[in-house]
Amino acid sequence: MASISSAEPSPSFVRRLSTFLHKHPALVLILLLAVPLLWLGVIYLGSLGALLLQSFFKLDDFTGLVVREFTLDTYRQLFTQANLDIIIRSAVMAATVTIACALLAFPISFYMARYASSTGKVAFYIAVTLPLWSSYLVRVYSWKLILAKEGVIGWIFQALGLEPLLNAILAVPTIGGPSLSVSMYGTFLAFVYVWLPYMIIPTYTALERVPRSMLEASADLGARPQQTFWRVILPLALPGVIAGSIFTFSLTLGDYIIPGVLGNSAFFIGQVVLVQQGTAGNIPLAAAFTVVPMVIMFIYLFIAGRLGAFEAL
Amino acid sequence: MFSRNKSPQPFASRAPLGLKILVGFVLLFLYCPFGIILLYAFTTEETAFTFPPPGLTLDWFRVALFERPDIFPPLLLSIQVALVATAIALVLGSLIAFAISRTRFFGREAITFLVLLPIALPGIITGISLRSAFGLLGLDFTFWTIVIGHATFCIVVVYNNVIARLRRTGKSQMEASADLGAHSFQTFRYILLPAIGTALLAGGMLAFALSFDEVIVTTFTAGQQTTLPIWILNQLVRPRQRPVTNVVAVFVIALTFIPIFIAQRLMQDTNE
Amino acid sequence: MPQNEMSNISNPLPAVRFENVSRHFDQVRAVDNVSLEIRDGEFFSMLGPSGSGKTTCLRLIAGFEQPTSGKIFLHGAEVGELPPYERDVNTVFQDYALFPHMTVAENVGYGLMIRQVPGAERNERVNQALELVRLPQMGQRKPSQLSGGQRQRIALARALVNRPRVLLLDEPLGALDLKLRQEMQIELKEIQKRVGITFVFVTHDQEEALTMSDRIAVFNAGRIEQIGTPSQVYEHPATAFVAGFVGTSNLVRSDIAQKLTGSAQTFSIRPEKIRMVEPGTPVQNGWASVEGTIREVVYLGMFTRYIVAVEGGRELTVVRQNLDETSMDVLNAEGKRVQLTWQRAFDRMLETP
Repeated sequence: MASISSAEPSPSFVRRLSTFLHKHPALVLILLLAVPLLWLGVIYLGSLGALLLQSFFKLDDFTGLVVREFTLDTYRQLFTQANLDIIIRSAVMAATVTIACALLAFPISFYMARYASSTGKVAFYIAVTLPLWSSYLVRVYSWKLILAKEGVIGWIFQALGLEPLLNAILAVPTIGGPSLSVSMYGTFLAFVYVWLPYMIIPTYTALERVPRSMLEASADLGARPQQTFWRVILPLALPGVIAGSIFTFSLTLGDYIIPGVLGNSAFFIGQVVLVQQGTAGNIPLAAAFTVVPMVIMFIYLFIAGRLGAFEAL
Repeated sequence: MFSRNKSPQPFASRAPLGLKILVGFVLLFLYCPFGIILLYAFTTEETAFTFPPPGLTLDWFRVALFERPDIFPPLLLSIQVALVATAIALVLGSLIAFAISRTRFFGREAITFLVLLPIALPGIITGISLRSAFGLLGLDFTFWTIVIGHATFCIVVVYNNVIARLRRTGKSQMEASADLGAHSFQTFRYILLPAIGTALLAGGMLAFALSFDEVIVTTFTAGQQTTLPIWILNQLVRPRQRPVTNVVAVFVIALTFIPIFIAQRLMQDTNE
Repeated sequence: MPQNEMSNISNPLPAVRFENVSRHFDQVRAVDNVSLEIRDGEFFSMLGPSGSGKTTCLRLIAGFEQPTSGKIFLHGAEVGELPPYERDVNTVFQDYALFPHMTVAENVGYGLMIRQVPGAERNERVNQALELVRLPQMGQRKPSQLSGGQRQRIALARALVNRPRVLLLDEPLGALDLKLRQEMQIELKEIQKRVGITFVFVTHDQEEALTMSDRIAVFNAGRIEQIGTPSQVYEHPATAFVAGFVGTSNLVRSDIAQKLTGSAQTFSIRPEKIRMVEPGTPVQNGWASVEGTIREVVYLGMFTRYIVAVEGGRELTVVRQNLDETSMDVLNAEGKRVQLTWQRAFDRMLETP
């Protein structure tokens, strides 16, 4: 535009600024990223780092004050039987919830991807994402209503004359309780319910990406529908399921609301963290406890990344 | 081509009945609880959750509106926090998306990972980290401590929406604009902003909904302040007029469903 | 690097000049030490396979890329790091890059709006541009309501309306089907003559380049193999690559070349220049001749392609128009013994081994 810019008396300040920035792309990058990185890098990562740091301090048992000296004592406390139980309980719950979510999510994802019309897909997608984004707490609360002794489930069992069965289920030691809403069943159901959409969306996305022609190619090469399903569809959907499992697993590991509202009194990691940093004032132990899900999640993310789950997010 | 498989149709064009039943079951599972809450907002029973409710009444809506002033300060606080957190997330999320989409640079992957981290790690970790950091710095818990926590995990929502749109928009529209004489700020105003407008709107609405009913991080960063979700949580632990809680729950559902629904529509429309 | 002489330049200031320009992406030398001059007002094509550096050259002219080394001049002025919006060139993008949220008229008028051309004049120029591309009624439509060919024309109008001194076209016809592409080739050429703007046209389609261009630069692996008029490039390919990429060519190497020309240097001969006669026909002066057996016959309707195995295990491709033969005749030719002859004036010594 040499001819035109020379016709103007002097290019505007904005224009000159734009040209200056054009010649200094690195500066643009710095300008764009400065504030966000300050936020995420300093506020967020800084806090995480500070927390990690505190896990290497310990609480003086006599004074109840935090001793700011490097020690691994707090981590040693993690390995007491009671604490190990909590960690194992949380991990087992996270794994069971993840598997249940995967099993429930697959059929509906498959239906959405393969059979729903294009308007149907939109409707299904919205139907699944609405609960995903909305009112975690209210959704947990709804299970309190449903699972209460006098609530819907109890009523159904009564109506069907199956009360003895319900009582037998509740009588199972360690996972049972006085009613469904104060038992591991309740915890489990609420977890599955709350995180299910997190599993459906990536599974559906992965399935949706499998082109129809690929399934036709499989059939054309002589595969029966079951074979196509096991050998083509499932392997291609797996990264999506793994991506979903990152959420279901991680969210379950760190949650303290659901076991509090709907559990028997067995503790989960999240609750310990809450109690230790709150009423007990033992920030080092709380910090050490948060390291557990972090470590588990980093290992999980590493494996998931290897399996190609991030492309499916 | 193969005698046992005459048509190369991989699957029947109609879903098998078993699958349909399963799908119906999952949908029922997803939506029944909302119905239950709605139902119990009308129950005449104040202290228990008997099913079916012994009677129905509209009275709890009146009680919630006029006799429970404790509901409104938390509601107001939640809305304010959500608005401010959303605004911050919109700016920061878009900035990161612009930076990531326009160039490849060293550390690009690390930044994407960093953005994702606050939702990939359990919320309790974000919560307790921030709390202990505030504690170390001697900061009091204020409106802004809540906002900081919320904005941190809302950034990724905006980022995801904007980056997806930028990827679809492609570089050539921006190049075409520069080629036609527009400097970078004109290109931003005439091309980029209209292109990402609905993505921003959708991301903002999701961020709002996410912030409005967040409780896990908020518990750690609110101190003595009560947001609406914390109010609900308190009601769960120390119930008082349970149906009023249900009325509030119904209200929260409504207030989050609307922006989420609009956001989803916006995202779908532009995906076509 | 072989280049044809540049002595007959009418305007002393070329529209575009590259002086030893290189553009590297990390380890990849997308453009490797390219020098060229594009004359003012000519239709200049950059021809080459994908990844040969032709599009990067175009983007260097437009200002979307900066050279790693070397200098670029537009009408005598060095453009160096000048951003795209400060250059008097416009681009027709491969994917058209129409703005989806604007109407066709807003798209075409975008450059004028940016330059603050007053509304009335802007409207008039937009209408003129739409007429130029023969879509005068389309102003109020959205790009999504147009066909591929129409979008292509709008992209052209959007660039031309600004009256740039150089128009850059990045494979603009690539997405169109054959018929439409051939129509647009003729139309583009006509428009170029009418507006008198320098056109720089990037394509991988040698036929397109031959049809439209005043001159062609043939690119390969980031370098220019040859610059010349279509007939120069076709009739006098400078390198084996040009001979093979522009049209089809028989490359004759070493021993056979030695026998036919007396020199082991590789030469090329176009299939349509070879005549096929009965074996033993006397060879005229100035003609080359070699005997062989027809190994394969490809009937192509208008003409037939014969692949003839000659001594030493080499094959030569011969193309013959089906003047008298029927399809039955040509297909029966397989296995026949033939003599191939051509005027020595038509074979081309190549520089590369």
